[in-house]
Amino acid sequence: MDQHFPRLLAALSLALACVASPAWAEDAPVIDGGKLLLTNGVSTIEGTSGGGVATWATIAGRETDRGIGLSGHVTLIELPDYGWQSHGVAVGIANRIELSYARQNFDTRDVGTALGLGQGYTLNQDVFGAKVRLLGDTVYGDPLLPQISIGVEHKRNRDTPVARAVGAAHGKGTDVTLSATKLFLSHSVLVNATARLTKANQAGLLGFGTAGNDDHSLQFEGSVAYQLSRRAVIGAEYRTKPDNLAIAREDDWLDLFAAYALTDNLTLTAAYVDLGSIATFDKQRGGFVSAQLAF
Amino acid sequence: MFLIAAALLLQPAAEPPIDWDKEFGVEEKARDPVTGELPVDPYVQDNRNAGASPFSGTAMAEAFGGQDGIRRIANRTVELSEADPRIAAIFVSHDMVRLKRTLFEQFCYILNAGCDYSGRDMATAHKDMGVRMRDMNALVENLQAAMREENIGFATQNRFLSKLAPMSHDVIER
Repeated sequence: MDQHFPRLLAALSLALACVASPAWAEDAPVIDGGKLLLTNGVSTIEGTSGGGVATWATIAGRETDRGIGLSGHVTLIELPDYGWQSHGVAVGIANRIELSYARQNFDTRDVGTALGLGQGYTLNQDVFGAKVRLLGDTVYGDPLLPQISIGVEHKRNRDTPVARAVGAAHGKGTDVTLSATKLFLSHSVLVNATARLTKANQAGLLGFGTAGNDDHSLQFEGSVAYQLSRRAVIGAEYRTKPDNLAIAREDDWLDLFAAYALTDNLTLTAAYVDLGSIATFDKQRGGFVSAQLAF
Repeated sequence: MFLIAAALLLQPAAEPPIDWDKEFGVEEKARDPVTGELPVDPYVQDNRNAGASPFSGTAMAEAFGGQDGIRRIANRTVELSEADPRIAAIFVSHDMVRLKRTLFEQFCYILNAGCDYSGRDMATAHKDMGVRMRDMNALVENLQAAMREENIGFATQNRFLSKLAPMSHDVIER
């Protein structure tokens, strides 16, 4: 009897809570747009929510725990020998699930001629992402418990013959990410750490794996950001990458970024990126600009 | 016609209006003539009810303009929230006089500006209010706006919020 009583009490209070369920909770629109500014992150080059280059544990869209959020982005990267353009959309469900799609277009410009692909040959890739927040919250809750999310990114290179020609084993691959993100309010600092299992050569634009090494390898993405105001944040990211292809060295990536929420829905990101050597062309350092519209 | 007249005649004498509050045992709450607050169920007062340990030193209290500045921020946060269509409904039947006082005390205690917190703990105070994360975020934005109006630096705002953010589990209904 003693043991049953608290359970009965709990059941009763639950029932009462249901009956007393207040009207305003139901009144919130489905696309509720209630997320704190910038806590949806900015779209990455792979279409996931993160810091531009690194994927974070954040969920895309401005929804909170009962709504749906939408997000779209366009990103341009200008490098000494290449031009990058990507765009994509993402849906956030209840700040729990993120579904994303991004299309990447990598213009080889004069390198295309040098590689025998033709002037301005563009490598294309589709990235389909899904991410689930497992526990924690970027802002709230235990100050030492980060938001932790697991994600998959299924990448489909649309130029598989080129990828094979440079030595890749596959034109398709799937990355798995495990991310932890926390905003340490006492210092206005956001920290992210992501572990990524991947076979991708240059994020997949040069295919996946090689004949000699067709295993996923464990890579790391780290980000540190400082919140200047409700609308402005600056930060740095580092992303390690596999180096599988015999014909060309592949370097880790880093970026220094500044993001500004021009309005509650429009966020602009500008960054300096160092993408290292790409297809034998070294020192690919340049500018990154991205616009994200989120609801 | 005759039937209606008969029916009217058969009606019992008009009864006095029923006091439904009395029938259902609803007690009428009267505001305290001095404080203007509505009574609440008894509870043990304790600074631990504030839900966070106070800052050490006087830097935060000074940054917030002492008790006067903190009172303006607490009052303004409540006023902005009452006028905020996203969350105004939560405050409709709420004792705003008491809320302004206890919020001030809580802020003042946490900022180490020389107050004791006499309110209830966060879980009890928010019980059955049905606060969702969207509402919590709206309140945070209103607090940020109130702090901005008092020219509190953003890093200092965040330092203060770092004391409040861990309380979300007691405020948000799951």
